[in-house]
Amino acid sequence: MIKKILIILITTLTLTVNLYAGSDGELILKKNEPSKVKDCSETFNKASFALNKGLDKIIFKPVSSVYRVLPSPIKTGVSNSLNNLSNVVTIPNNVLQGEFKLAGINTGRFLINTTVGVLGLIDVATYLGFTEYVKEDYGQSLASHGVGPGCYLVLPVLGPTTARDTIASLTNFIGGDAWYNVTVRNDTHYFRDIDYYASRVTAGVDFRAKNFDSIENLEKNSLDFYASVKSLYLQDRQQRILNSTKIIETQDDSDWEEIETQ
Amino acid sequence: MKKKLLIFLIVFFSYPTFLLSIEPDIFVQSTVNRASKLLGEDISKNEKIEKLKLIAKETVDIKGIGFYTLGAKRKSLSKEEKEKYSSLFEEYFLKSFSSRLAEYTNPEIDVINKEKLNDNYTIVNSVLKATNERPEINIDWRIYTKDSDNPLIRDLIIEGLSLARTQKEEFASVLSSNEDNIKALFKVLEEFSSN
Repeated sequence: MIKKILIILITTLTLTVNLYAGSDGELILKKNEPSKVKDCSETFNKASFALNKGLDKIIFKPVSSVYRVLPSPIKTGVSNSLNNLSNVVTIPNNVLQGEFKLAGINTGRFLINTTVGVLGLIDVATYLGFTEYVKEDYGQSLASHGVGPGCYLVLPVLGPTTARDTIASLTNFIGGDAWYNVTVRNDTHYFRDIDYYASRVTAGVDFRAKNFDSIENLEKNSLDFYASVKSLYLQDRQQRILNSTKIIETQDDSDWEEIETQ
Repeated sequence: MKKKLLIFLIVFFSYPTFLLSIEPDIFVQSTVNRASKLLGEDISKNEKIEKLKLIAKETVDIKGIGFYTLGAKRKSLSKEEKEKYSSLFEEYFLKSFSSRLAEYTNPEIDVINKEKLNDNYTIVNSVLKATNERPEINIDWRIYTKDSDNPLIRDLIIEGLSLARTQKEEFASVLSSNEDNIKALFKVLEEFSSN
């Protein structure tokens, strides 16, 4: 069964994305340029987007509007704890991207925060001067090795993604996510399935609450909300893949240079 | 004494650009302070919106952002279409920009750094301080500095995400779903501004 899934995955991967060995930053930038990512299944995507908007209206928005007014220490603790848990996916991806030093730092961060930081609730590592934590996933690792994003997708409940990132995220369910392994995949007697799903839903609520005003503002002031969300998602992925928030590293400036008004 | 005064005057008027140019970071901080002071005032939301529009007209290159946002389509427009677009875009921009900002009450923004890209552009880095309801947010400003006496804002980059670029892709989507017809975009802009 697993063999069949793997064959399907590899076939789909090679059909939807372009493999290119030995890529550099400029090539990765071009491949992940938001305006170049095709919306191959626009009808399906727009239907999923409408469904997700509905779910947001009846579930995520009301829940996050309550969550966002909780005292700051509670929200910070939840956010820290979720970040700490995400280390179990970030660390193998640091290794896959050849960032061995960062993998070591994040392992130290995870051990300190899980123990001294009381299951990650307190980010002790940052107080100790560890470098800022940056999440990594299997989609970013594939991109760093030159795999293009393929088509843009909007999945029901899960939201925006790309063909590459969807396929890469399946790695989490075949052993690539230690948290999934100890909760859902294996019966460890310490955790239950619900622990995994609860952490995923909480992460969704935490994200929605942090961006509450921005999302409301964007929806209210957009001429095409679907296109705005697509652009913002792809810009965010691009900068995560390039590990940069510097606009000059993530955007081609030539179009700005053509605009003369002075 | 007269000679000294004469030399001073000659030097002063020989270097007007040097003496009058405004540093982009100072320009951003003073613009932010003006908007922040206004948002903290005890006046109605509509009054705030009107005053914010005046600040935006002075400090933002609305025409430049409009043409950037239009992408390659701007090259195929006639002079009349360009004029109509600029006028509609200004209305749309001012409404969208001021109603977004008017939601905030007394936002605290600190300018922390600047990076000159070339003679035309400087990126100014700032931080919107955290409140109980949202975390700290990094905001970068793309400042058009071709005329150093009159710097203008061309883009806001929030946590690495460019608003101008997002708007450009939004407009491209409106055009592509209407067979690239500029009139469809005019209609959408008009509808937004009149609502």
